[in-house]
Amino acid sequence: MGGKYDVIGGRARRVDAVDKATGKAIYAEDLRFVGELHGALLQSPLPHARVLNIDTSRALKLPGVKAVITHKDVPATRYGVSPARYDETVFAIDRVRYVGDEVAAVAAVDLETALEAIELIKVDYEPLPHVLTVDEALAPGAPQLHDEYPGNLCAEVHQEFGDLAAGFAQCDLIHEHKFVNKRQDGGFIEPQHSIAVYDHTGQLTLYSSTQVPHYVQRTLSMVTGVPIGKVRVVKPYVGGGFGPKAEANPLDLCASFLAMRTGKPVRMGYTRAQVFLHSRARHQFFHTMKTGFKKDGTIVALAHQCHLEGGAYSSFGIATVYYAGSLLGGPYRMKHMSYDGYRVYTNKPACGAQRGHGCVAARACFEQQLDIVAKQLDLDPIEMRLKNIMENGDVTCNHMSMSSLGMKECIQAVQTGSDWQEKRGKLPPGRGIGMASGFFVSGAGYPIYRSDTFHCTVTIKVQEDGGTVLVKTGAAEIGQGSDTTMAMIAAEAIGIPLEAVRLVSGDTDYGVDLGAYSSRTTLMTGHATKEAGLAVKETVLTALAQELGIERQRLDLKKGLVQISGEPVDFSALRTKYIKEHRGWTDHPDGEQLTFTEAARVAFLKHGTIVGTGKYKPPVLGGLHKGAAVGTSPAYGCSAQVAEVSVDLETGQIKVERITDAHDCGQAINLTSVEAQMEGSVSMGLGETMFEEVKFDKDGRVLNPSLGEYHIPTVLDMPEMKCIVVETGEPNGPFGAKEVGEGAIMPTIPAILNAVHDAIGVAIDELPLTPERVLKALAQAKQG
Amino acid sequence: MKKLAITLVVNDTEHELLVAPNRTLAQVLREDLGLTGTKQGCQVGDCGSCTVLLDDEPVNSCLVLAAQVTGRRVRTIEGVADGNRLHPIQEAMVEHGAIQCGFCSPGMILSAKSLLEKNPDPSNGDIRQALSGNLCRCTGYQKIVEAVADAAQKMGRA
Repeated sequence: MGGKYDVIGGRARRVDAVDKATGKAIYAEDLRFVGELHGALLQSPLPHARVLNIDTSRALKLPGVKAVITHKDVPATRYGVSPARYDETVFAIDRVRYVGDEVAAVAAVDLETALEAIELIKVDYEPLPHVLTVDEALAPGAPQLHDEYPGNLCAEVHQEFGDLAAGFAQCDLIHEHKFVNKRQDGGFIEPQHSIAVYDHTGQLTLYSSTQVPHYVQRTLSMVTGVPIGKVRVVKPYVGGGFGPKAEANPLDLCASFLAMRTGKPVRMGYTRAQVFLHSRARHQFFHTMKTGFKKDGTIVALAHQCHLEGGAYSSFGIATVYYAGSLLGGPYRMKHMSYDGYRVYTNKPACGAQRGHGCVAARACFEQQLDIVAKQLDLDPIEMRLKNIMENGDVTCNHMSMSSLGMKECIQAVQTGSDWQEKRGKLPPGRGIGMASGFFVSGAGYPIYRSDTFHCTVTIKVQEDGGTVLVKTGAAEIGQGSDTTMAMIAAEAIGIPLEAVRLVSGDTDYGVDLGAYSSRTTLMTGHATKEAGLAVKETVLTALAQELGIERQRLDLKKGLVQISGEPVDFSALRTKYIKEHRGWTDHPDGEQLTFTEAARVAFLKHGTIVGTGKYKPPVLGGLHKGAAVGTSPAYGCSAQVAEVSVDLETGQIKVERITDAHDCGQAINLTSVEAQMEGSVSMGLGETMFEEVKFDKDGRVLNPSLGEYHIPTVLDMPEMKCIVVETGEPNGPFGAKEVGEGAIMPTIPAILNAVHDAIGVAIDELPLTPERVLKALAQAKQG
Repeated sequence: MKKLAITLVVNDTEHELLVAPNRTLAQVLREDLGLTGTKQGCQVGDCGSCTVLLDDEPVNSCLVLAAQVTGRRVRTIEGVADGNRLHPIQEAMVEHGAIQCGFCSPGMILSAKSLLEKNPDPSNGDIRQALSGNLCRCTGYQKIVEAVADAAQKMGRA
């Protein structure tokens, strides 16, 4: 660390931290526009109903109301996340499909008036029978949500790699395991908020709390009909996303339509309860895995089935159902694998992507099964994993290439870091230790819409005085630290200190960037930033070489100073010229080396504004099978974790005492941010394991739509965490870097489950681990 | 709704305001005084993002009616640093990487400030107890707890 690079690899202060610590950071709700109106949504109170009539006349008459819109006032354009399954419209046209489905929107002079107007809209509904569970939705004769997708099947996947029958024929032990998690909420602290501004030239600007300005821009253009060149999406600071903010939401669309209709800026925000209704968070997954082993613990074959309870619309669901199968191809060598996945529509809020998209429950099921089988085969679960582990250069049976994979190093790091050997099998009753592994993509190999587009473009402009550079990127800083990461990569690439880099981001005007999802930013936007930085450096040094009359190859930049190899060069004329140009300034360069500032000034005087650009798209990746696009990535990050728990055998209360966590991120750009992602991942995984569950009543209403009733981890729930960063150097990553944002959550649930199994002797196959569920498992175990 | 005349002393400055009786302190701070550093994550007292100090005690400002607190002292995140000089807690939060999305940070910092004013040498348990009303979804809290402990040490030495 530190030796190889000047800027990256260390612990930088985040470029946004001071603004955030002092209350100066501006989030969407903090913006103010002169003459702005307040919008509100009318959402369905019923889980499934025909819409017979909407009467907005009383709402329109309320003083202060400026517009009321329903499906009659907007195009019927269908939109969504995957073009293959555009199944949403801005407002319900003839049918509502969940409690929360959008029916109308109002803009008024203030929020109180807008909410009062909502109450005055009269909707005649004819209730329809509804389905809330996978079983209900798949039952013969079940009520149907979408005519186009019969049987309530949103998507199904059938894949086989290798030869499953032949694989199972070689096995000594075949184990079948079922596992189910619960529907989760994103739990980001900032509710979504959007403000739309439509000007007299027909330009639509949307300020939104989003992870994906680019996709929001495309959806807005498609649905509103405003040409994409006149749609600008700006992402101010965002108070967390974790996946649910990775698509255009009803606030984005309704605020835009209301702004276009009224000619005034319109703001709309969700209450916390509405955040739960919008959802787009983790699905409920029902996994069944039949896995075949040899008696030495070699994993041979996996037959896997999964049903996803998806809610009323697709959102990211098509990708989710593929992810739930595809990432079991690693990190263990396994030649034969089949997967049958079904995403099922229900009359509930739509589920979508959430940290560890689609893979978290699958990983938990598989890793729990490994522990059960290790016990049956009398093997140490770590040794059994190491026996099967993939290494650099391995390719999974479903064609994912592990160009770097420090999985073994991670497992060994947590084995040592947790004192596994001293603890496993030696703890008193009620105490347990367990481990698990996992891995994740460093960016989806393909955009959500089929396209040859670059996944990101970056521009770096050298300021005319040469003192600083300005990085412009559409990348979405949502708390993960991408602004700091890109600033550091730019500084490293050019050869200047971090302090000489300014950065603006999160605006579609700054270039294409697919956004913050699939753990893509460090690798992909990092590549583009590095390329732009190198272009700047090349232009500046080429101009300087010409000025000095020497070969370009003799020049380099390091820490903001020009390095000249070979014979000394007299640059005094150049420096004198610079100083004369800056008469009266007090910061004249006076060192023995030329500075970047002087060199950049030379380049400016020769060429005008100096700009470097960079771009990135992954090479063609993966297999040719249907669904090969999901799960392929230029690189994979991986994690191992050891959890230690104590279980109160009287009350069933579990306490997670300690987590030891190792993650291979290729090369840490900012070590502090890598640890921060690891720790945050553990906390989200712990919440899902221990208490998180969105609950519904029989009429499809969320029973716990608040952060009081839906329990996310508090500081008192979190154990001590020990983070170990493993760096294997990823050949496909900028400076060797790859993901940490989502791979780090993979092992958390199964590590805790396996620790509980160790503590009480029973493997609990349903989340969350409530005391009631633990006591039930203990009672069942007693009965044998 | 008839408005009420109130006086608030916010960050050492006195403000005379006319507010409707149903408006919360959080709303008045954000909308009338433009102090948008106070965040609202739930508006029902669950998340702690809107924490401010009321006569040095941390409160969820979304649960306090502005009219109830006329004449009292309020400290918001905008009144924690001394000009451009960060308070040691802010400095430590920045230094330790305890800030990610930043939405919980203002409330977190004010809860920590209140703790350290009463208890300059808190244990890990004391810190966790004091921050237990402030939800954070990004960090797992570890770096926040480390930052507060570090700030306590530095403030003790100062």
